[in-house]
Amino acid sequence: MLMQQLLNGIVVGSVYGVFALGFTLIFGVNHIMNMAHGTIFMWGAFAGLFVVLTFDAPFLAAVLAGAIGGGLLAVVLDFFAFRPLRKRNAPEFSSIVSSIGASFILLSLAQQVTATRVLRFPFETFPVVILNFMGLRIQLLQLVIVGIVVVMVFGLLFYLYRTSYGRQIRSVAFSESTSKLLGINPMAVNFQVFFISGALAGIAGVLIGIVFNSVHFMMGEPLLLRAFVVIILGGLGSIPGALIAGLLIGIVQTLSVAYLSAGMADAIVFSLLFLVLLFRPTGLLGGATSVARVTRS
Amino acid sequence: MLTIENLSVGYSGIRALRGVSLTVRQGEIFALIGPNGAGKSTLLNAVSGMVPAAEGSVRLEDETITGRPAHRIARSGLIQVPEGRRVIAPLNVRENLELGRQAAGQRGSDSSDLDKVHSLFPILAERRDQLAGSLSGGQQQMLAIGRALMGRPRILLLDEPSLGLAPVIIREVFNALVKLNAQGLTILLVEQNAKMALETAHRAAVIEQGRVVHSGDANALMNDPVVADHYFGRAAA
Ligand SMILES: Nc1ncnc2c1ncn2[C@@H]1O[C@H](COP(=O)(O)OP(=O)(O)OP(=O)(O)O)[C@@H](O)[C@H]1O
Ligand SMILES: [Mg+2]
Repeated sequence: MLMQQLLNGIVVGSVYGVFALGFTLIFGVNHIMNMAHGTIFMWGAFAGLFVVLTFDAPFLAAVLAGAIGGGLLAVVLDFFAFRPLRKRNAPEFSSIVSSIGASFILLSLAQQVTATRVLRFPFETFPVVILNFMGLRIQLLQLVIVGIVVVMVFGLLFYLYRTSYGRQIRSVAFSESTSKLLGINPMAVNFQVFFISGALAGIAGVLIGIVFNSVHFMMGEPLLLRAFVVIILGGLGSIPGALIAGLLIGIVQTLSVAYLSAGMADAIVFSLLFLVLLFRPTGLLGGATSVARVTRS
Repeated sequence: MLTIENLSVGYSGIRALRGVSLTVRQGEIFALIGPNGAGKSTLLNAVSGMVPAAEGSVRLEDETITGRPAHRIARSGLIQVPEGRRVIAPLNVRENLELGRQAAGQRGSDSSDLDKVHSLFPILAERRDQLAGSLSGGQQQMLAIGRALMGRPRILLLDEPSLGLAPVIIREVFNALVKLNAQGLTILLVEQNAKMALETAHRAAVIEQGRVVHSGDANALMNDPVVADHYFGRAAA
């Protein structure tokens, strides 16, 4: 039973990690706390649901739709909410306010479109196949989700650390002005960063929507709060930090729902945050809080 | 090569540059000297598109580049090595050099560029996997110059390359600049180390409080009693 819950926690936690990765990426490169990240996640789930309901699209197409939908939405968000602020060098706080505004608009829009209903992916979107492995009941869906997360994480690391585009992203994260002197176009870099961040959120949205069999306009908000915990535990701007903390929160949450009560889950997660901050003020991996950049550690 | 006409720059009220005109000729080293706060960095940054010009124009050969975004100016072949080197600290030496290729744009770049930089500064080949932030000041300066060369500049702008370096290292850096110039590279050099700059340059200008106050042949400026009086006492210190 414990192993079973642990497994469920790992699956959910890995998706939280992906969500937090997108959040931490924008923070690392642009120093923006994107408070609309949860609504992008939610709209990503809607994009996935839309292609399934309208075109009878298969599971992977839904994931792809979530990626593209989330990515484009994030790019549009950057264009309207953040770019004008960047242009006049507004303080970082303005971008928080601006993204809260954007998230309200996106939330209300979703609420109108869905008439506040909870929507579901059709039963056949992902067939229930259960594998028995050393006494554990593993759903095929869970395996596929972990597989998608692993591919995305390695894909992102490859992109950031092994390609010219990734080099430019890391350069702009460190210093936009120096990057310009080197001929790097910061607008092109921002475009990529926002698209990737939104795509990660959108994919996470589709996966969570399928796992919990529910898609609704508020689904992203609790996750956004947990993403704060994830990046504070993992260290702001840290990629492995986001993943480890995401896993941890997924596990803690699943276990507390299973053994205590559903209502306690967030209280426990946040108590954990305070405990960690008490003993490791710089996060679990340490040293990353003040370094606002995309780091490997 | 580079024609600066009547360039003025203001920072919210403060006029840092007041109608500066200069011409850097193809194939020369042109030195710009002057005291702290004279507006030397401001001039380079205005030319590079990093700060907007209030007035005046900048031409690179026959293209007017005033008002272009900085990254496009770099891609047109005017590349600045900024004050304080500004290497990308969390990236390694090799990655910093690779970044420099961005400026080459359509002019293209290939593996020969890296070989050239490595033969100019062998230490950069030796330290290729070291993080740029952990290099010594001199090594960082060489990296910053090497990185600019990766972009195949038509003209190289350097802002105080000698800043904070030991005399031996300054020598090494300046020797490299002379070598590059002998290979045909046009250089605009900003320095507080007036002696070093004038010895290296063909022509020079002195800038004070945002204005060009002397200009001409570097040798002539060096022997000009007013300039000598003003600058060599300080440069020796
Ligand atoms: N970003 C800025 N905002 C406001 N004023 C500035 C800014 N940058 C420079 N200045 C002012 O403009 C003037 C020229 O500065 P600049 O940096 O161009 O001088 P400099 O000749 O390069 O000096 P140094 O030899 O110390 O590097 C100075 O009075 C400086 O205080
Ligand atoms: Mg200066």
